Amino acid sequence: MGLMSHILSVLIWLPIAGGIAVVLLGDKGDADSARARQMRWLALAVSLLTFVFSVFLYMDFNNASSAMQFVERTPWIDAFRVEYFLGVDGISAPLILLTAFITPLVVIAGWDTIKTRPAQYFAAFLVLEGLMIGVFSALDGVLFYVLWEAMLVPMFLIIGVWGGQRRVYATLKFFLYTFLGSVLMLVAFIFLYTRTGNFSLLAFMDLPLTLREQQYIFIAFLLAFAVKVPMWPVHTWLPDAHVEAPTGGSVILAAIMLKMGGYGFVRLSLPILPDGSEYFAGLMIALSLIAVVYIGFVALMQKDMKKLIAYSSIAHMGFVTLGFFLLWSTMGGSGAELGMTGGMVQMISHGLVSGAMFLCVGVLYDRMHSRQIADYGGVANTMPTFAAFMVLFSMANAGLPGTSGFVGEFMIIIASFKANFWIAFFAASTLILGAAYTLWMVKRVVYGEIANPNVAALTDLNRREFLVLGVLAASVLLIGLWPAPLVDMISLTVRDLLVHVGQSKLAGL
Amino acid sequence: MMLGQFTPAAPEIVLLFLICVVLIVDLFVVDESRAITFWLTLATLAVTAWAVVMTPPAGRFVMFDGSYVSDPLSQVLKLGVIGFVALAFFYSRDYLRQNELMKGEYYLLGLFGLLGMMIMISANSLLTMYLGLETLSLSLYALVAFDRNNVASAESAMKYFVLGAIASGCLLYGISWVYGITGTLKFDEIAAVIQSSDSLGMPLWFGTAFMIVGIAFKFGAVPFHMWLPDVYQGARTPVTLYIATAPKLAALAFTLRILADGLGGLHDVWQGMIMVLAVLSLLVGNIVAIAQTNIKRMLGYSAIAHVGFILIAVFTGTEQGYSAALFYTLTYVVMASGAFGMIILLSRKGFEAESLSDFKGLNIRSPWFALMMLFFMFGMAGVPPWVGFFAKLNVIAAVLDAGFPALAILMVLASVIGAYYYLRVVWYMYFDQAEDRSVFQADRDTRFVLSLNGIAVLALGLIPGWLLTLCIEVIRTIP
Repeated sequence: MGLMSHILSVLIWLPIAGGIAVVLLGDKGDADSARARQMRWLALAVSLLTFVFSVFLYMDFNNASSAMQFVERTPWIDAFRVEYFLGVDGISAPLILLTAFITPLVVIAGWDTIKTRPAQYFAAFLVLEGLMIGVFSALDGVLFYVLWEAMLVPMFLIIGVWGGQRRVYATLKFFLYTFLGSVLMLVAFIFLYTRTGNFSLLAFMDLPLTLREQQYIFIAFLLAFAVKVPMWPVHTWLPDAHVEAPTGGSVILAAIMLKMGGYGFVRLSLPILPDGSEYFAGLMIALSLIAVVYIGFVALMQKDMKKLIAYSSIAHMGFVTLGFFLLWSTMGGSGAELGMTGGMVQMISHGLVSGAMFLCVGVLYDRMHSRQIADYGGVANTMPTFAAFMVLFSMANAGLPGTSGFVGEFMIIIASFKANFWIAFFAASTLILGAAYTLWMVKRVVYGEIANPNVAALTDLNRREFLVLGVLAASVLLIGLWPAPLVDMISLTVRDLLVHVGQSKLAGL
Repeated sequence: MMLGQFTPAAPEIVLLFLICVVLIVDLFVVDESRAITFWLTLATLAVTAWAVVMTPPAGRFVMFDGSYVSDPLSQVLKLGVIGFVALAFFYSRDYLRQNELMKGEYYLLGLFGLLGMMIMISANSLLTMYLGLETLSLSLYALVAFDRNNVASAESAMKYFVLGAIASGCLLYGISWVYGITGTLKFDEIAAVIQSSDSLGMPLWFGTAFMIVGIAFKFGAVPFHMWLPDVYQGARTPVTLYIATAPKLAALAFTLRILADGLGGLHDVWQGMIMVLAVLSLLVGNIVAIAQTNIKRMLGYSAIAHVGFILIAVFTGTEQGYSAALFYTLTYVVMASGAFGMIILLSRKGFEAESLSDFKGLNIRSPWFALMMLFFMFGMAGVPPWVGFFAKLNVIAAVLDAGFPALAILMVLASVIGAYYYLRVVWYMYFDQAEDRSVFQADRDTRFVLSLNGIAVLALGLIPGWLLTLCIEVIRTIP
């Protein structure tokens, strides 16, 4: 007993309890009151404390084991043998760290820009943090599903209450789209439960299933995860949600919620349905490449900065799913491992980079109240420090070597060369497209002559914004230059997963 | 003849006696001190609940020549109906006082309705069931028309009465067929006759079909749902609250006693009929609710959709399915109580918060009660971690176990459609500005009970295990 044996519960429930405390103590709707100030500090303290605990998790994490670590397992609902079953491995631990790392930054970023009901705003983010960490550590199907769906509620409110003009449309679309995607996953879980007699995900992984069953379940999972990632053609909720969400909401959406889709594929689809995944791998690769190429072109044409970054997120997440499903085309070997590890690294990196990009747009939006690229120009002249950060993050978004964006993309492109020339050809087009849409935006926004008097009146970053962007810049460079700690954490689990996925379940029938 | 022989029926006997006491006392009470009736009514409920708890708790006890049964199922359902009736009385008190409707009739009719429900729950023969049902129905007709100066109430009472009478006629007609063929009215004997002969054929089907019409009408399942939205909308909110909650439990008892106890052997026959009712209810309820602007009417269509879920659970014909239906009904009624309680909370003298737009900006007026309404809405939508999710999970598990994956998929898709109109309430409360910024006039007990109700919806979702287990154990005792 002791703290470390319950570290996952602490990571889940500490922010949720903090969020409840913040919302109950409340602020009476007045952002300038002393109470509101205290609530901000309380929210920050809780999120920082959670981050500290996640660092403990990192330090105690054993890279030399691919088994579940920090396992907690107690019965929850006896009638269905549902358990409160938590555990992490090399796939989920980095995502938990990412979540705990991003949330304090989001709290700081919303510090004095949220004028209406700040206590509810911060509380929503804290509750959301706990639920997201819960999704990454749940090993019981019902627990996983409960947290997965419950997560929608705070995000629904965040977009709807603090969002832009068309927030109601965007948030309803977001909720209904993801809800529709997820419900079939529940049916699939219950179907698996009728076979195994409990909801343990680990038991599902060892359950033999016929190809037909695997195909149906794969489709049910695919709907849930493809909507979340999002993959073409079910991506249309994302640009709306991103554009209308407040900056913090966009950051969490892009940095963490999209990762849930990718995580779902690795945690559920691949190990539970190896043959189903093999059957659909071609389709998955095709959809991923469409996301990379077609959505890349779509991003190029955007006039709204947030929309552009939203589309670029879809393209980058296409890379992640591509990496995960290269497995069978590379005939095993090192290509498969590279692809999957690359996908994981890409998820973490994209979490940092896209979060940072949205924060940059947020910085501009707070000053000018416009997201239109055309309203800007020559920002570098009035905001030199900001321009430096923006250029750095854009380079990372374009996959420049030395930044975190490069590592994952490079691994996946290598893996796809081992698979098939044409896959690699289309995947590599991202190097051109990504650079084109990101750098063209930077050119139009940051460089050039000062476009209008509004830009001339801009003031550079304040200390709070500098802190947030600085921390993110440091981590983007750290992973770009020295990815080894991250890769070490992931690699053994990935290797074991590949062995598991390589064994057909049909033999067990 | 020992008096102790009647002990298992003590709850009904005690209740009837106390109703008479309340009736007489109420005659001597003036309007200003009508609170006496209220507290006497609550005392009656408490004593009745106590009588339920004290009567033989375990096993099955059949009495009155086989027409009355006391078993764990009846115990749980009776405690449920008593509790929900008490809840309805609590929510309504302040509303009735403000609207000058604080009459003894509301409480007395409510108590007689409760008596009817308890008789239905303990019925072991078709005749007892019919008597209980009529006691309940007549009380409800009168309750709907209780505000007699209100045209809408009178109209909906008339509609309810006429349609209800037709449904009762159908039910009686069905009962007479079943009696004619099997020669008995008692559920266990009917079951035995069905068991022993394998060719009862068409006539029994015919009788069953008519009885199912009666069930569908009481539950408000499509296509026998026409009365429900009108009555929900037309009745005064406290009456709607009453109709929308406890009688659903009685309707479930009605269904389980007849279909599982009596006609369990004819599962193949009624399964198809129930499925059609269930699927239609799910689709019609969820889709039509989207178009509503009156929240009572919207909740009426939502009740139809929830009945669809309950009937799908019954449709499986398995123990798991019946217990899922029981769990679903119990938890749905908790949420429905809260939702109608919120409407009462927002209403005040001369003003019914009936329109959906009355919920606009509630988060600004009262963040706490906006949160409670959010709990009720997400709970009904089946979003975890609120208890509505586990109710749906339970039904889906039963349906998959019985081997109907297509139905399970239909159910989850219908609940996505349903999510829209629940979300719309949340949207009005949180994303829109308030049109009306007046302060609530409800008293402290209403607020307190409503908060408890909201927290219960969340707490039951976090720890649903005990109730699930209870439902399974209770259902296991029906033959």
